[in-house]
Amino acid sequence: MSSIRRTLEGSVRRDIALTCLAVLFIGLSYGAIAVASGLPLWLPVVQSVFVVAGASEFLFIGIVAAGGNPIAAALAGLGVNARHLAYGLALPPEITGRGWRRFFGTHLMNDETVVFALAQPDYPRKRAAYWLCGLSLFAAWSGGATLGALIGSAVHDTNAFGLDAMFPAVILALIVPSLRDRATLRAAATGAVIALAAAPFLPAGLPVLLALAAVLLLVREHPSREQP
Amino acid sequence: MKDTTLVVAGMATLAAGTYAIRLAGPALRTRMSFPPRATKLLEAAAVILLAALVATTALTEGHGFSGFARPAGVLVGGILAWRKAPFPVIVLAAAATTALLRLLGVP
Repeated sequence: MSSIRRTLEGSVRRDIALTCLAVLFIGLSYGAIAVASGLPLWLPVVQSVFVVAGASEFLFIGIVAAGGNPIAAALAGLGVNARHLAYGLALPPEITGRGWRRFFGTHLMNDETVVFALAQPDYPRKRAAYWLCGLSLFAAWSGGATLGALIGSAVHDTNAFGLDAMFPAVILALIVPSLRDRATLRAAATGAVIALAAAPFLPAGLPVLLALAAVLLLVREHPSREQP
Repeated sequence: MKDTTLVVAGMATLAAGTYAIRLAGPALRTRMSFPPRATKLLEAAAVILLAALVATTALTEGHGFSGFARPAGVLVGGILAWRKAPFPVIVLAAAATTALLRLLGVP
């Protein structure tokens, strides 16, 4: 850690700390919501340690809590996590570590670590940012989820406190930055309509997967925009 | 909750699959390049899945309508998020709106 302190500028370390604080809050709501929707305490805790990808974990507990098939929920979660393939291709070689460290370094790859690593000007700083951000986010996410789950199990009438509105609100807050892009907004709205139309007829979990058909809007749209 | 074995199997699938996806990028990098357009599509796919989850969890309960209180709270949260309010404010305002509407007798 002392080498990381020497390598990274103060402003970068402060930005990483602020990001961790935000992730801690999301983790708290994640743990609390999971338990409040009737899932056992260990589920968000174990998942936050072994998956470490917030959006997919929210998707998983959302589908399972609604009575959906856990395997369908896992596939939906993997759909959300497919972007990590692109992250791995974009990162400089061996930034995730060599030898045994690679096993853990790979596990730390997520939206924030990749953004912080790529923003650094040279390799030593990229590597330092990746590991500092990765390790602190891992602690913030799993710690937040555990604490949230403990708090959530103390609340009994969750609907009276409006906790059921927290879950969609959290996810909405997470995707709003992406929705500022018009094409993405249109595709996301179409996907939402597809899922809602299917919800009365299909078992829980499947309507969300069906929404993926809206990706076609983007596949079709982009080439025509590039041609003048 | 459905039976625990199936849930654990789902969790294991998600954890192992996510790890494999994370491992694949650095391993494939020397052999292939990933077009930026494909990266954008992957990100958009994630947003679409999550938007669909927001819509179904906000508006449905089982196979029916969830009532008005919950989507109203989510809408308030969404507006605050669009206006770049801090995360805790967004989440607490959503919960408070729904709780208040229920207190007033809105389903």
